[in-house]
Amino acid sequence: MTAVEEPVVEERPIGYGRLKRKEDPRFVRGKGHYVDDVQLPGMLHGAVLRSPLAHARIVSIDTSAAEAHPKVRAVITGEALAGLGLAWMPTLSMDTQAVLATDKVRFQGQEVAFVVADDHYAARDAIELIDVEYEPLPPVINARHALDADAPVIRDDQEGRTDNHVFDWEAGDKASTDAVFADADVVVAQDMLYPRVHPAPLETCGCVADMDPVDGKLTLWATTQAPHAHRTLYAMVAGLPEHKIRVISPDIGGGFGNKVGIYPGYVCAIVGSILTHKPVKWVEDRSENLMSTSFARDYHMHGEIAATREGRIRAVRVKVLADHGAFNATAQPTKYPAGFFHVFTGSYDIEAAHCAVTGVYTNKAPGGVAYACSFRVTEAVYLIERLVDCLADELHTDPAELRMKNLLRPEQFPYPSKTGWEYDSGDYPATLRKTLELAGYDALRREQAERRARGELMGIGLSFFTETVGAGPRKDMDILGLGMADGCELRVHPTGKAVVRLSVQTQGQGHETTFAQIVAEELGIPPEDIDVVHGDTDQTPFGLGTYGSRSTPVSGAAAAMVARKVRDKARIIAGAMLEVSTEDLEWEKGRWFVKGDPTASRTIQEIALAAHGSLELPDGVEGHLEATTVYNPPNLTFPYGAYLCVVDVDPGTGAVTVRRFVAVDDCGTRINPMIIEGQVHGGLADGVGMALTEIISFDEDGNCLSGSFMDYLVPTALEVPAWELDHTVTPSPHHPIGAKGVGESATVGSPPAIVNAVLDAIGVRHADMPLTPGRVWLAMHGGVEAPQ
Amino acid sequence: MQVTINVNGEDHTADVEPRHLLVRFLRDDLGLTGTHWGCDTSNCGTCVVLLDGEPVKSCTMLAVMAAGHQVRTVEGLETADGLDPVQQGFIEQHGLQCGFCTPGMMLTARALLDRDPDPSEQQIREAISGQLCRCTGYLNIVRAVQWAAHHPAAAAAATAPSAGSTP
Repeated sequence: MTAVEEPVVEERPIGYGRLKRKEDPRFVRGKGHYVDDVQLPGMLHGAVLRSPLAHARIVSIDTSAAEAHPKVRAVITGEALAGLGLAWMPTLSMDTQAVLATDKVRFQGQEVAFVVADDHYAARDAIELIDVEYEPLPPVINARHALDADAPVIRDDQEGRTDNHVFDWEAGDKASTDAVFADADVVVAQDMLYPRVHPAPLETCGCVADMDPVDGKLTLWATTQAPHAHRTLYAMVAGLPEHKIRVISPDIGGGFGNKVGIYPGYVCAIVGSILTHKPVKWVEDRSENLMSTSFARDYHMHGEIAATREGRIRAVRVKVLADHGAFNATAQPTKYPAGFFHVFTGSYDIEAAHCAVTGVYTNKAPGGVAYACSFRVTEAVYLIERLVDCLADELHTDPAELRMKNLLRPEQFPYPSKTGWEYDSGDYPATLRKTLELAGYDALRREQAERRARGELMGIGLSFFTETVGAGPRKDMDILGLGMADGCELRVHPTGKAVVRLSVQTQGQGHETTFAQIVAEELGIPPEDIDVVHGDTDQTPFGLGTYGSRSTPVSGAAAAMVARKVRDKARIIAGAMLEVSTEDLEWEKGRWFVKGDPTASRTIQEIALAAHGSLELPDGVEGHLEATTVYNPPNLTFPYGAYLCVVDVDPGTGAVTVRRFVAVDDCGTRINPMIIEGQVHGGLADGVGMALTEIISFDEDGNCLSGSFMDYLVPTALEVPAWELDHTVTPSPHHPIGAKGVGESATVGSPPAIVNAVLDAIGVRHADMPLTPGRVWLAMHGGVEAPQ
Repeated sequence: MQVTINVNGEDHTADVEPRHLLVRFLRDDLGLTGTHWGCDTSNCGTCVVLLDGEPVKSCTMLAVMAAGHQVRTVEGLETADGLDPVQQGFIEQHGLQCGFCTPGMMLTARALLDRDPDPSEQQIREAISGQLCRCTGYLNIVRAVQWAAHHPAAAAAATAPSAGSTP
């Protein structure tokens, strides 16, 4: 399928187009309703005591002074939770994680005790009164030493365990890949680290737990991207009946994967509410967020690329050491412990590929959940796009030319990749050409040569990424046994207004707008007449939530399909109204009309009223106008894009300025281009952060060195340029509306473009992120080691 | 300690602990939850309010320090005439996504425009550089402030924004 042009934009679209967001009027007035805005009568406040050590045995915990504090209502320890069977909880990867430590602490910042008090200040005061005696143990900090024979065993809670090994996983064909490598003209190998980074949404994680002691129903307002999955897990873990749990995910101040997992604080707040018979609020502070909640990446990769002398890429192989921290709490589909990393063959037509991933435990915070990374696609794209630049360096060829020579061609789609994927659609060369034209690539190279002659360091970096999102087909994908399909319910009211109920949860993506547009496109009801309900398990159908760019590919498809069901029913009712056979009716957005007589028609609003009225309906047709559906995606979707970054590097300090960034994305059908562009902008800024400034680092004792925004450097408006965007459109052939998802494309695609640009500027083959001034300067002057 | 703080034109008198932060006073005592909290170290700026017209970070200011001063929060931006042009600009230019940084960003923008009605792109970027946004990549925030600069009378316009409309 080749790229097609987007239709002309309507001013007030009833369907797809640039529609102002329905969410904005409340947000600009300060009337958003986030978890910390929840105030309930008699509400108490919780605070977590955390471990100061990365690895230590707990000798004793004395809570007497805290309990004596006049404003303290409860002090909860691991021992108390053990009595309830709640000291440990399952992770999303079939491992276990301590809710409150009983035997040992296994990372700095681990939860040790929980205090419930009358107010926030008292809770914080009281955790200082808890006296914990620790016996320090040697920590495992460097993942490369986690499997050493003499490495301390971190997870000795697991009977019989003698090492820190989590899993081994492979994809692709080793024998055929090795054969190509043995026979290749050119082989380039490169070690690279994708450092540990953190989603760091501006709203930290938190909840308000309210257990009604009379009817036994728990209401939990929580910062969760997956309210239904959380409810089911609480039911499984705590033994609470699922219908007696209501999880409400109100407005969420950014997620980026950070709010997929269940954190000990949530469980402690629930227990606190059960014990005190009062609502309990727990909201972590920024240090707690950065030090204890799900990180991302931490992939130590050894990549190799084989090619002909003429620059034809033949094979890629890679070994990965994955640092999963103290508990394997990553959120990946069960069959895929390394997520979708095996999309590392990227956008290129190659003969063979193989990867082997080994996961290890270390004394660091558990994870890593996706961080706008679509299940490890970020690492995969970084690996291949860096390898391609390394190859270009080896062959002394232009990286744009090398990419163009090896990109998959449009006629190869649907393309079966060498690691088992089936890419749905794409016209990759057209997208790359558009990027090069928009950037003025040839002129940029000329400018670079001129500047170099003057001793200035200007760099141009490219990346071409293929994402794999929209998890996923039930037969292949589940999380803790829960299939990754999504439900949707649509009801058209008698007056033609409608309500659509989703299983996914917005954290800023604008679902209230775009899902109304999807239904509007299918039914012709104006988006402002469609209420979008989400984020409340009592009011919405089951589904796994929003992460991995899955809302549009999965839930968006469900919304379109349920609207089509309603449209089909409307046809039957219109037939009854017009006294014609449904076969004689034709649909035009917003109405059914009689073929050959367009004046004989009934609008969807007229049909809705009739559906609720006294009109005689055909046998077997129920009244009203509503439908439900569950969408099980037949395949993943594969958005893609070509990015180009221009940087200037200060030769004296190594400081990098991102001067330009050109991003051409193809996410298939575009529901709301304004929102798509916003998503891309945000992801590009993420990329600048990861490439240049962000890292969660540790000293050799396991002290987290990035525990505040003074140390964990998120880009500001001064570090990012005015983004230059364009797009191509190749709809997904297997998706009901052809949409592929876009939420993480830019986060995935931008870091390699930026790193490639910096390395191009300084003439160095590789240096690991983050490319801070100091690290760039070292790279320019003899080399820089991987960060820890 | 007893303090009187003027918030959005109205005096509020309360007994507060000396350590009580202004952000918590606004949120917990006055219920003005449009002012957010995100870091406690003056880095993120989701807590920005205007103190006598100047942006301050209310997470690192004690409530008692605001005694006798005029505080303006996001809830004080809209007037009887309608939304502040800055608020309208954020809607028009898609200057927000999750909305968490938005109140602080808008108040800083208001202070900037009060000082300089037609700032350059670089001046806008510098003005908001003490605040973080994880969603927008900042460009549309810059455009939102520019929109407000170019529509200073938007507040008085009769075209009040309605959800989902494209004025």
